[in-house]
Amino acid sequence: MSSRPYGNGLRALSFATVAAITGALALVFFYAPLEAEQGFLQKIFYVHVPLAIVSLCGFVLGGLLAIQHLRTRDPRWDMRSYVAIHIALIFGLGTLITGSIWAKGSWGHWWVWNEPTLVSFLIVWLLYATYQPLRFAIEDPERQARYASVFAVTAGAFVPLNFIAVRMSTSYLHPRTLSSTSNLPGPMALTFLISLLAITLLYATLCKYELTAKHTRAQVRALRRRLSGETAPARGRSAAPVALPDGAMPAAPGETLGARFGAGSAPGTAG
Amino acid sequence: MSATLGESPAAAAPAAGAPAARRGAGFGSTVAAVLRKELLVELRTLESVPAMSLFAVTTFVIFHFALNRGSVEGDLAAGVLWVTLLFAAILGVNRLFVADADQGGFDAFLLAPVDRTALLVAKVLTLLGFLVALEIVAVPAFSILLLAPPVGPALGGLAATLALGDLGVAVIGTLVAAMAVRTRARDLLGPLLTLPLFVPIVIGGVRCTAPLLELTHRSGPPARWLATLGVYDLVFGLLAFALFDFLVED
Repeated sequence: MSSRPYGNGLRALSFATVAAITGALALVFFYAPLEAEQGFLQKIFYVHVPLAIVSLCGFVLGGLLAIQHLRTRDPRWDMRSYVAIHIALIFGLGTLITGSIWAKGSWGHWWVWNEPTLVSFLIVWLLYATYQPLRFAIEDPERQARYASVFAVTAGAFVPLNFIAVRMSTSYLHPRTLSSTSNLPGPMALTFLISLLAITLLYATLCKYELTAKHTRAQVRALRRRLSGETAPARGRSAAPVALPDGAMPAAPGETLGARFGAGSAPGTAG
Repeated sequence: MSATLGESPAAAAPAAGAPAARRGAGFGSTVAAVLRKELLVELRTLESVPAMSLFAVTTFVIFHFALNRGSVEGDLAAGVLWVTLLFAAILGVNRLFVADADQGGFDAFLLAPVDRTALLVAKVLTLLGFLVALEIVAVPAFSILLLAPPVGPALGGLAATLALGDLGVAVIGTLVAAMAVRTRARDLLGPLLTLPLFVPIVIGGVRCTAPLLELTHRSGPPARWLATLGVYDLVFGLLAFALFDFLVED
């Protein structure tokens, strides 16, 4: 039925991700040379930096998807925006933790304030940490989606601005990875690019997985409601003008339900 | 964005029954009307500005004890001033739309056949007015209570910096307040959403203010940071202009 497009390709994507991560780890540990100053510690670079890049791109992607939602009012775009931001938030937490470990190892402190990238990342992360409470605090699903999209667009624009502002305010200390990949020795650059690919694939797989799971769960709920005799699933329930893209099939109200339960299940997984 | 106005059933239906209202108002007069209403409400209830000012003065006293210093200067003074002003501003941001949400102001505005951006502009101007009033009280209080160097020579640069900072605070505050006011945890979400968005304003504001408040080697605000504040204001002004309509649809 209409669940097919959601589950489609998930298996292939998962295998590709596993292969890419295995390959990347193999390269990190057996191929990339030890860095002269930091030695083995520098290997965390291959996890930390891709996580950070993918996480920031995920935040911006969430904003772009939210623009699409505001333009079309199709709840599916809101769902995608939500999932993009949710996974990016988790990746962001990973970035902060790995960054902290790296900072402790190389500079001797868990947290370094005169380090613009670290600081601006924390600010962005704190801002996005309010995304889920915001969704949670709005009951009407249509308005929840609309407000969440406004937030996602605002925050998406804030990400680059904040980085510029914080970077201007402090002296450079961080390795400028994005601009200096060309300065990396060949094997390191190759390993880095493969790691970036692996983490990007991981992000895509997790997003796809979450979308599929939410979609399936909503479908199961709608079907169960039909079975138990409560007719007219979710359509007459909401007074808000919830868009039902595909008519009366359970898949359609499932979208809006999914968006709602997405917020409901999130605090458990986000931590 | 005003193109979506016609689609809203709430805006269209009552207008048909009220031909007098359909003459409609120009953008400027709508803004003026809402602004006048806001200022009248504030004058009669004295709800926001006195609270914000009192909060600022009390916070200076708190800072005196927290820092255990009789006076501050330079970057410390700039930091104390900006943190206090921003926290006081958050009080105003939290109250900005409460009356509209609780007493039907939003509904009344949607019933009127006017551009919804007018509400944004009027509220930004209102908040800007509140902030200026707050600073008229807070800056002299700061100079009396905590500031070591005389504030007189710094006033020009301080006014320019505060004006740019206020504009950003007003725009972001209005956007976030409109979002937060109709959630369940409005008093909680408002500050949570605004504070990270204020960070670039704090950075720019403090960089501009610190050289003004030095005891020795005093200098004007660096143009680079004034420009940063201006760009930030501009970007968020455009964002608010594009997004505000979506927040007042129902």
